[in-house]
Amino acid sequence: MVMTEIKSVVCPICGCLCDDIEVTVKNNEIIKMKNGCAQCEAKMVHGYKSEERILKPMIRKDGELVPVSMDEAVHKAAQILTDAKYPLLFGWSSSTSEAQRIGVQLAEELGSALDNCCSVCHGPSVMATQEIGIPACTLGQIRHRADLIIYWACNPWTSHPRHLERYTSFTDGRFEGSEWKSYLEKLKGTQSKKKVEAASRRILAGYNPPVAPQACTVGAPPQTMQKLGRKLIVVDVRKTMTAEAADYFIQVQPNKDYEILDAMRCLVADQELDVDKVGGVPVAYLREVTDAMVNCDFGVIFFGLGLTQSAGRFRNIEIAIALTRDLNRRTKFVISPMRGHFNVTGANVVFAWTTGYPYAIDFSQGYPQYNPGEFTTIDLLRRGDNDATLVISSDPGAHFPKVAMQNMMKHPLITINPDMNAISRLGDVVFPTQWCGIEYEGTAYRMDHVPIMLRKVVEPPPGILNDEQLLKRILDEVRAIKAQKVEKEIKIEAAC
Amino acid sequence: MVEQKLHAILITGRTIDQGVGKEMGKGSKEYFDSSAICIIDESDMIKLGIKSRTNVKVTSKYGSVIVKAAKNPYGSNPGLVFIPCGLWANAICGDETFGMGMPMFKGFTVEVEAAPNQAVLTLDGLLKEEYGR
Repeated sequence: MVMTEIKSVVCPICGCLCDDIEVTVKNNEIIKMKNGCAQCEAKMVHGYKSEERILKPMIRKDGELVPVSMDEAVHKAAQILTDAKYPLLFGWSSSTSEAQRIGVQLAEELGSALDNCCSVCHGPSVMATQEIGIPACTLGQIRHRADLIIYWACNPWTSHPRHLERYTSFTDGRFEGSEWKSYLEKLKGTQSKKKVEAASRRILAGYNPPVAPQACTVGAPPQTMQKLGRKLIVVDVRKTMTAEAADYFIQVQPNKDYEILDAMRCLVADQELDVDKVGGVPVAYLREVTDAMVNCDFGVIFFGLGLTQSAGRFRNIEIAIALTRDLNRRTKFVISPMRGHFNVTGANVVFAWTTGYPYAIDFSQGYPQYNPGEFTTIDLLRRGDNDATLVISSDPGAHFPKVAMQNMMKHPLITINPDMNAISRLGDVVFPTQWCGIEYEGTAYRMDHVPIMLRKVVEPPPGILNDEQLLKRILDEVRAIKAQKVEKEIKIEAAC
Repeated sequence: MVEQKLHAILITGRTIDQGVGKEMGKGSKEYFDSSAICIIDESDMIKLGIKSRTNVKVTSKYGSVIVKAAKNPYGSNPGLVFIPCGLWANAICGDETFGMGMPMFKGFTVEVEAAPNQAVLTLDGLLKEEYGR
């Protein structure tokens, strides 16, 4: 069998949407992958064809999932959704924007709640952006121009493994170089310090492992803060691998980000603080950071779930954006959330241009309403408002608090996922679907709102529909059942 | 002196191993090994009289779960424990949102105690225990 090499494949995992992946396909299977991160390899070479793949629709009968025909599963799902007074449609973040659009139509038809994964990740960032706006730019601008990178309450080394390599400290931009690049190339060959040490012990006696260009610190500001060129600052509650690569690492106390950001706003405005420490951080260190911010030519703050999920929630983001706004009076500064799922940004965009709102949407009145805290999934589950749930391309079974999931499980559950993840294991009607970005193409939005076309590289197993086709089938069936109901009611009225 | 219980702040979040595990499949050994763990500072492990791979019981006001202890690989964070995102972390996370839709994933108090005689449940075991399926 001929091997085919496909270049410029887009990785369908995180919000980076790396578009330089090269895969080798043989016998309709991906056998090799180049350029991607460990997660990309895990999914594109192993995970997508694992034994956990769902190949037939299933319905729970007597407590067990039993394979059924697609027609039967579609009818059962549509019946559950039309019988429910207030269903919830949740997920969407690992699906294409084309499928998300059909999802909005289905929600409108059902008068249901509609929410996406940003509800439990960057929902507070969306709320803060609506409050105060956001000075932002594309990742390309940051790569070429930013001379100060700040990662606040996030650890891209683990959540977005190629973010540093493609867009910030480990890449050479047109106007900003990276002193890390040669170090990184050596590191790539060795993967980890442990391997370097083991290899040097076993084989290369006397071999000197590569040394990082600078050491980060939790103590006094290091010399690297005065260096010329691109700087990296990490602020987090714990030291991480990303912090290891930083010029300066500030360790803050949990739930104290708001206080620290507020103190930094004061320092940027040249005000004096009457305290020695804020949130466990000496003011002198914060002054070092704000000096670096004010003196840079182009700075960026990337923030993660450490801000959105800590005490203060969207107020943390709001004040971080306010700090960025203040900095723009002195220099050029932007701020960007580190979006997780590869198309969670797309879910926000599609929902916003079809309904006016990015998430936490309610169609129960026949028109879209928006209210985070009321129509957000966890709040709906907490109050027990919904009486059926459809989950598509996400896994709340593994990522929602148990107490919320227990409420979801009181009512019928329909799942649409390619493999038997936790939520599919719990479903009453379980649909298989194609792997988005591997077995079918479609649009996804990168974390900086740049739309990128996902590619199809292998054929799906026979008989499995993609999200868009499946949702259309369910929508058509829902409309047919509703039409039958109306017809029946008319006949009853006529008989009376 | 060995302490019975450690009072700590819990953070849940991503690790690269958990990321690889979830992409390999939620039922995979990689996912179980990388997610059913609690990363604890070395000084706190000494206080509890435990070592890496010892089973520990982590309890919050929302529930409790048995996971394996793992040594904090970077720096020193006494009083702070970390469980990677996943079913095991969510067994002890709360659904309070403070009117903002976001549940309790980070920054709340938990108790950690050694539980060498209690088994860490697999994904299927935990789903069965929590949801009866």
